[in-house]
Amino acid sequence: MIANLAVFLSFQLAGEVITRGAGLPLPGPVLGLALLLLACIAVPSFGKRLLPTAQGLLSHLSLLFVPAGVGVVAHISTLGSAAPALLAALVGSTVLALIAGALVFVGLARLTGSEAGHD
Amino acid sequence: MTDLPAIWSYLSREPLLWLTATLIAYVAGDAAFRKSGRNPVVNPVLVAMILLSLVLWSTGTPYTTYFEGAQFVHFMLGPATVALALPLWSNLSHVKATLIPMLGALVAGSVVAILSALWIAQALGVEGPALLSLAPKSTTAPVAIGISEQLGGLPTLTAALVILTGIIGAVLVTPLMNLMRIRDWRARGFAVGVAAHGIGTARAFQVNETAGAFAGIGMGLNALLTAILAPWIVAMLFSG
Repeated sequence: MIANLAVFLSFQLAGEVITRGAGLPLPGPVLGLALLLLACIAVPSFGKRLLPTAQGLLSHLSLLFVPAGVGVVAHISTLGSAAPALLAALVGSTVLALIAGALVFVGLARLTGSEAGHD
Repeated sequence: MTDLPAIWSYLSREPLLWLTATLIAYVAGDAAFRKSGRNPVVNPVLVAMILLSLVLWSTGTPYTTYFEGAQFVHFMLGPATVALALPLWSNLSHVKATLIPMLGALVAGSVVAILSALWIAQALGVEGPALLSLAPKSTTAPVAIGISEQLGGLPTLTAALVILTGIIGAVLVTPLMNLMRIRDWRARGFAVGVAAHGIGTARAFQVNETAGAFAGIGMGLNALLTAILAPWIVAMLFSG
């Protein structure tokens, strides 16, 4: 478990160093994710060893957003007088983006014959 | 025997109190979520953040003091993002089979999120830096803040808009997908990852492992695409 956490931290560290060093427009952890994926594809036994720790960590992913969420309430005044309009834009655009993403996915899955996935 | 104010002054200086409070509030939120029959409106993040805000407000504790304790939880977002590689790896055969649907849904979800947010807000009279802060709101917070700065938006406002978008997506995705009769976990997960980043992904993992894996991919890909698209769309809409 600790060894696996050390692996995640090492890949995050590598991601941060490379993105900052090369000035890439993506966060270090996202590059760390991509590098770890490549490592697991190259060495499947590595992936098998990490999988249980990753599932444990990800089953409580919600918890990790709580501190930032409290920050939103603390800084709610930053929304200013535009708050109702901004909220309407957030709700409207999130609904539309969910509909667009899901419909295009299902439509293209049907066209390319890669249906199923009801497990 | 030490008196109460002395104990409080110790606790308010150390990270222990607010770290503990964050975990307890989340456990309470998660218990409320399960007790409600896993109702998406009783989102554990939402419940925990309301509980903690009430405690901070009633004790007059500033957010910076709270964050000194809570930062240990916040820090784990980095390794958790890296750990998303594992469900992605174990679902690789699904992922390869749906490369085209994923790319199509990515572009559709990303473009619709940016354009519709800007249009709705503009129609309701939002302008200037507040409007620009809205453009990257569907992508994960560190990327969104970087994009917002680059566009001339307000990074603090963008951070708040990103978190709110995540909660809105996590609460709405299940009823919306049921209403549309979309039962493909891959489509449901991917759409919420693109539209509502990590908080949407956390919601997807609560519902189904495949949905969670696809949400993680959607979030990662949209971090890249929004970084490319948002400056371009904003320039197209607001130039001249």
